[in-house]
Amino acid sequence: MLLAVVLKTLFIVLVAIGALAPVITWIERKQSAVMQDRIGANRADIAGITALGLLHPLADVIKLLSKEDVVPTGANRFMHLMAPMIAVVPAIIAFAVIPYGGVYQFGATTVSLVPADIDWGLLYLFATGSLAAYGGVIAGWSSNNNWSLLGGVRNTAQMISYEVTMGLSVVGIFMVFGTLKLTDMAIAQDTTFRVFGFLQLIGFDEMPATLDWVRLPYWGIFLQPLGFIFFLTCIMAENKRPPFDMPEGESELIAGYFLEYSGMRFGLFYMAEFIEVVVIAGLLTALFLGGWSVPYLSQEMIIAAIEPVLGVGLATVLCMGLHVTTFLLKVLVMIWFQMLIRWSLPRFRYDQVMDLCWKIILPLSLANIFATALVMLAIGAA
Amino acid sequence: MGVEAFLFYALALLSLFSAVAMVGFVRNTMAGALSLVVTMISLAGIYVLLGAHLVAAIQIIVYAGAILVLFLFVIMLLDLRTDDFGSMRPGRRLLKVVGVVVSTALCAVIVQLLPDALPEAGPLPDGFGGFRDVGIRLFTEYVVPVETAGLLLLAAIVGAVILAKRRID
Repeated sequence: MLLAVVLKTLFIVLVAIGALAPVITWIERKQSAVMQDRIGANRADIAGITALGLLHPLADVIKLLSKEDVVPTGANRFMHLMAPMIAVVPAIIAFAVIPYGGVYQFGATTVSLVPADIDWGLLYLFATGSLAAYGGVIAGWSSNNNWSLLGGVRNTAQMISYEVTMGLSVVGIFMVFGTLKLTDMAIAQDTTFRVFGFLQLIGFDEMPATLDWVRLPYWGIFLQPLGFIFFLTCIMAENKRPPFDMPEGESELIAGYFLEYSGMRFGLFYMAEFIEVVVIAGLLTALFLGGWSVPYLSQEMIIAAIEPVLGVGLATVLCMGLHVTTFLLKVLVMIWFQMLIRWSLPRFRYDQVMDLCWKIILPLSLANIFATALVMLAIGAA
Repeated sequence: MGVEAFLFYALALLSLFSAVAMVGFVRNTMAGALSLVVTMISLAGIYVLLGAHLVAAIQIIVYAGAILVLFLFVIMLLDLRTDDFGSMRPGRRLLKVVGVVVSTALCAVIVQLLPDALPEAGPLPDGFGGFRDVGIRLFTEYVVPVETAGLLLLAAIVGAVILAKRRID
C-alpha cells in the first residue's frame, strides 16, 4: 500500500515535474521561434553539441542557481523568501488526483494508477487552485515595491473572478458523468456513443444502419463543448500566462508581482507556471479528452485482443502501458495547444478580462448548466 | 499514537497557534490575515480526519481561496503598513485585559460543557460527509433554510451594490 503510493508519487515527480517541466521551457522557446519565423534556442552547447537547443533548460538551471538571491530593502524578509515556495507547492500537490492510468485487475489485486483516489478529486483540484493565488499575492505585497503591489492586487482580483466561473463551467461535466471522482470520470469516458442517437428521441424510430455506425468517443469535449471552452479560458486565466498575464504585464508593471525576485526564487515562479501548464493539460485530458482511454478501443477490447497471444497478466500490463502513453500524448497535445494560444494572442486589457469573466462566461456557463439539465431530463439520464 | 491521532494533534496545535498569532499581529495586518489562512487550512485538515470531505474542500475553496483572498485584496488596496497604527492607548490596554479574562472564562465553560455536548458516538452512516449525501440533504430536508440563506445573501449583495454605487455617483 505504502510502496504503491511511493511508486506513483515517484512517477509523477520524475515524469510530470522532473522531465516535462524543463522540456516545456524548451517547447515554449522552440514553438515561439517557429511561430515568429526565428530559429530559436540553439546556442547552449556542450563541446559543440547543441542537441536542438535541448541543453537550454540545463543552462537555465545553472544560471538561476548561481545568481545572487536579493531581498530588497524594506521588504518583509520572511514573506519575501516564502512566497516562491507558496507558489510552487499547490501546483505540485495538484498532481495527486490526476489519473494517468485506469484501474487494472491482476488476479485478486486491483491496481489503480492515481496516487490519491478520492471521491472529491475535482473539489481537491479547485482547492489547490485557490491556494495558488497566495504565492503571487504574498510576493507582491512583501516586496516593498509599488509595481509589485499592483501586480499582487491584479492577481487577487483575477483569481477571485475566475475561480467562481471556473467552478460553474465544469458543473455540466459532473452532471453528465455523475461524479467528482476523476478516475471514475476517465472510466466513464472509455466508451463511445451514437452521434445520431438523439434522432430516436425526437420521433425517428427507424434509424438507417449506416447512421447507427457513426460514433464518437464518449468524451467530455463532445458532450460539453461549451464547458470545454469556458473551462479552458478560465483555467488559463488562473494560470496568469498571456493573454491573461495582467499581474505581470511587463509593459505596464515591469514584471508585476515577481519584479523584486532574482536567482532561483525568480525561477520558482516560472517553475510554478510551467508545472501548472502540465496540471492544466492533465486536468483537461482527464475531464474532456477521455483521460487515458484510447479512442474507439475500450480497456476490455484491448485486453481481449492481446490476451490469446500473451495471457491475461501480460495483456493487462501492455494495456496499462498503452494507457499511460495515450495519457502522456494527450497531455503533450494540450501543452502544445496552450503554447499556441499563449503565442497567438496579445494581452487583454484589464477591463476586457473582467468583462469576459463576469459578463460573458458566467451567464453562458449558467445557461450551459440549465441546458445540460434539460437535455438530461429529456433523455432520462438523470 | 496512530497516524491519524498524530495528524490531529499537529493540525490542532497549528490551528490554535495560528489563531493566536492572528490576534497577536495587530499591527501587521497582512501577517494577521495570513495567520487566519493557516488556521483555515489546518481546520480543513481536521475536517478531512473527521471524514467530512465536502466541508474540508469548501473550507479551503470558499474561506481560504475566496474570502481571505478578498481580505488580502482590501489590505493591499488600502496599503496598510505597520506604522499606520499608532501606539496602544491606555484605554485599549484595559480592553485587552478584559478580553483575555472573558475569553479564558468562556474557554473554561466550553471545556466543562464539552463532554455532555457530544452525542453518543456511533458508526458513521454510509456516504457520510460526501458531496452526494450532503447535497441530497441540502435539497430535500434543509431546502427551506438553504433557500432563505440564499435570499438573505442576495439581499445583502444588492444592498452593498446600492450603497457603493451611491458613493460613486
